[in-house]
Amino acid sequence: MPGRIQSIERAAALLRFLSRAPQGVGLGEISRSSGLPKGTTLGILRTLQHVGFVEQDAETGHYRLGGGMLSLGSRYLDGNELRARALNWADSLASLSGESVRIGTLHKNRVLVVHHVFRPDSSRQSLDVGGLLPLHATSLGQVLLAYDPLARPEDAEEDPAADLPAFTRHTITSPEALARRTATVREAGWTWEAEELVEGEVSIAAPIQDRRGLTVGAIGVGGAVERLRDEDGEPDMQQVSYVRDAARAVSRELGAIRF
Amino acid sequence: MSQQYIAAIDQGTTSSRCILFDRDGRIVSVDQREHRQIFPKPGWVEHDPKELWANVEVVLQEAVQKSDITPEQVAAIGITNQRETTVIWDKETGEPVYNAIVWQDTRTDEITRELGGDQGQDRFRDICGLPLATYFSGPKIRWLLDNVEGLRERAERGEVLFGTIDTWVIWNLTGEHVTDVTNAGRTMLMNLQTLQWDDTVLEAMGIPRGILPEIRSSSEVYGQARGYLSGTPVASALGDQHAALFGQTCFDPGDVKGTYGTGTFLVMNTGTEPIHSKNGLLTTMGYKLGEEDAVYALEGSIAVTGSLVQWLRDNLGLISTAPEVETLARTVDDNGGSYIVPAFSGLFAPHWRSDARGVLAGLTGYVNKGHIARAALEATAWQTREVVDAMNADSDIDLTTLKVDGGMTANNLLMQILSDVLGAEVVRPMVAETTCLGAAYAAGLAIGYWPDIETLRANWHKAAEWNAEMDAGKREGEYHNWKKAVKRTLDWVEHED
Repeated sequence: MPGRIQSIERAAALLRFLSRAPQGVGLGEISRSSGLPKGTTLGILRTLQHVGFVEQDAETGHYRLGGGMLSLGSRYLDGNELRARALNWADSLASLSGESVRIGTLHKNRVLVVHHVFRPDSSRQSLDVGGLLPLHATSLGQVLLAYDPLARPEDAEEDPAADLPAFTRHTITSPEALARRTATVREAGWTWEAEELVEGEVSIAAPIQDRRGLTVGAIGVGGAVERLRDEDGEPDMQQVSYVRDAARAVSRELGAIRF
Repeated sequence: MSQQYIAAIDQGTTSSRCILFDRDGRIVSVDQREHRQIFPKPGWVEHDPKELWANVEVVLQEAVQKSDITPEQVAAIGITNQRETTVIWDKETGEPVYNAIVWQDTRTDEITRELGGDQGQDRFRDICGLPLATYFSGPKIRWLLDNVEGLRERAERGEVLFGTIDTWVIWNLTGEHVTDVTNAGRTMLMNLQTLQWDDTVLEAMGIPRGILPEIRSSSEVYGQARGYLSGTPVASALGDQHAALFGQTCFDPGDVKGTYGTGTFLVMNTGTEPIHSKNGLLTTMGYKLGEEDAVYALEGSIAVTGSLVQWLRDNLGLISTAPEVETLARTVDDNGGSYIVPAFSGLFAPHWRSDARGVLAGLTGYVNKGHIARAALEATAWQTREVVDAMNADSDIDLTTLKVDGGMTANNLLMQILSDVLGAEVVRPMVAETTCLGAAYAAGLAIGYWPDIETLRANWHKAAEWNAEMDAGKREGEYHNWKKAVKRTLDWVEHED
């Protein structure tokens, strides 16, 4: 069997890197992040540009994924497309659960909120689409961590063994504890967290998968601990089933056939 | 007693749907069937009325069965429908004499011009609120009477019946030959003041009164269903845009809803007196609840909104799916000085200029595809602004909140731009299916399932809200540029044949 081809591996690594930066990245940053010399990086980028997998912004000179990549049906799923496909199901989840709904995707090792539906009451709420949340302290993030081998919390990028920042006294701060949590997520197919990001708040989330079974995002509800956690300190299982049903419905919408 | 539900049937242009709602206005079950679009000639669009009815029967039954609800748990049936589409059928056999002529069909172009004569397209406008145009049912009836052999004689002998799609569905469901004011108001044959068929128009169009259904309110029991839901009251009928107005709980004068799909339909509640527009809008019915006074509305339709995004996708290949337009538009901070006026087949409300054609104005070497994507979204917003300005001027009420629905509301950037351009709050309700919800609400009110409209208001929840962030100076400057671009579309077609 022939050996692996290094330049293809490197090209794949660059594409993966660019897929996280839809706005484009400069050559210097790509070279630094990939650990490759600038000359090598430029050569690979130009080749990828030639075949349409990468394009360069005429003004800034920044690189981003090209149209050829998108049409390949790669793991890249446009966040706006995800919102459009999930719209009715997210509304229905908010309506059934009585809580606010968010859909998140992985973006630069954080959770990018691509959709938000208000809690159905008359309280004043504001839209936080476009907001970024920490991976390790949210149920959306823990789902994304569990199903994406490349995802790791932003703060662990430099030193994977370092402690993660605490938002409350319940935040998971050790990489080992986080690994245990993500293992249980993979086992159960959903997760929840209580007061790990904000005191008094609980969130529940489940993965959204596409037709190849790849996790492209997570959907979940969030709200007051009194409403989402029962007397035994367990999550409200009715709410969990609403979240899982919604995640399955959106996955079906994206062509997942396993459900 | 077991839980009761309301079934709403939406017989639309491309499909028939049935949605079951619970008392909180939440969707319990949905079923949908598409039907064939028949294009016998360029500009002609027909549906097979028997296929429509068969699909309605199927979705009604399926929606109930897939939700484990028994037929007895359905408290009432409400109907909403594609408007203006015209069917004539044999009174005895129920056999249609011809396919349904769909609202988009333009075969009545010549008839409408002839009917206008010297007085032009506004000949009947004071009576019915509408200009002579190919959409409306009256001229379509006339075409059928003129072109289906022997039909005029049969019509005069009272052997056939006419109906818009609400009437066709209710007749098949209950045996009653009725329509509601919102649907009757789209035929050009109903007098807006009396809410009855108008003899002057009937005579001018040569339509025998005997084939027309009885005009009733939008919310009352028309009859009992036969078949699967035997005995269930059929208790509402509303044209689709009117049902959406009602489903968005636009119950007060000045409330406006906008449905954003391939085109956009804006409707404003104007209260219990019709307002004759001086600014290019249509006067139409809002709804009528039982014995209460009818509520009127102003309507402004925009032909090209979502379809401009599809054009970027299919004709220019700038994007591969419609939602990607937002991603592309967000690669830039503004329109780069470019403006798109999508007057693909002329300008509609409030301009009504058939000689206009689309322009892409303000191009420089700086403009890239991101700017064009943004200009495309802004085109939807500015077209809305023009209609809203006309509504404000006609009604003397300034819009403060626009309630939106439809597929394009998934585009957050568009919704923000819309709010910026209108200088008003834009809100999206939790139940996006406002058309079915409106029909369900009207049916539920008729049988006392919901006690009053205040209860319905309490069911309405915001799913999202956008507020204007653009400063007034910038807004006016951009509007000025938009108007300049609109001017450049005019007088393009020089010889219309």
